[in-house]
Amino acid sequence: MSDAKKFMFVNRKAPYGTIYALESLEVVLITAAFDQDVSLAFLDDGVYQLKKGQQTKGIETKNFSPAYRALEDYDIEKLYVEKEAMVARGLTEEDFLVPVTVLSRAEMGKLMDEQDVVLSF
Amino acid sequence: MKFGIVVNEGPYQHQASDSAYLFAKAAIEKGHEVWRVFFYHDGVNNASRLTEPPQDDRHIVNRWAKLAEEHKVDLVVCVAAALRRGIKEENLAQGFRISGLGQLVEAGIKCDRLVTFGD
Repeated sequence: MSDAKKFMFVNRKAPYGTIYALESLEVVLITAAFDQDVSLAFLDDGVYQLKKGQQTKGIETKNFSPAYRALEDYDIEKLYVEKEAMVARGLTEEDFLVPVTVLSRAEMGKLMDEQDVVLSF
Repeated sequence: MKFGIVVNEGPYQHQASDSAYLFAKAAIEKGHEVWRVFFYHDGVNNASRLTEPPQDDRHIVNRWAKLAEEHKVDLVVCVAAALRRGIKEENLAQGFRISGLGQLVEAGIKCDRLVTFGD
């Protein structure tokens, strides 16, 4: 892993409405297969991607949220949620499908600064 | 410096493709290398051979193709995103190739900077 780069995927969009979240997840899984150091950040409406109890039947769209639970099978365990975004939307850590680390906006910025590659969707 | 570029939006609808192109051109003019441009999300529509803008407008697709030809820029279209949106070999513009998301990851690994254009 020493020659691996630090990849951070920044998820800023709601899970449905646009395809960014789904296609972001597809890159995340591929990146893990390349043995890179992968982390995911969720900010703005992106925090909704991790919300429990997603039901998509009414919009005839696939509910891909179970895939976030599968991330640990790919050794992707670094999931960060921006506290300000979470609080602004009335959410708490208990609302999420998977265990996350909640960081302040400033801490998130610092973490981003440590990355080699930041891909924002 | 070795650059990788990611284009996440379609042509004409959004400025991302124009900005990415102008960035690539400026970088090359300054002596940098643009190793690969990866088209993802609606960005795959930049590779449609069927694109026919009005004559007084820029031809975004051909402009990419010309850049690729003149400066050996690798233009890669994500296969999964492309198939979803009806972009296939049969309507792929000159200068582009269709491949997998691994090509995006590889650009992240090999380039000094990976620059994303999109919302």
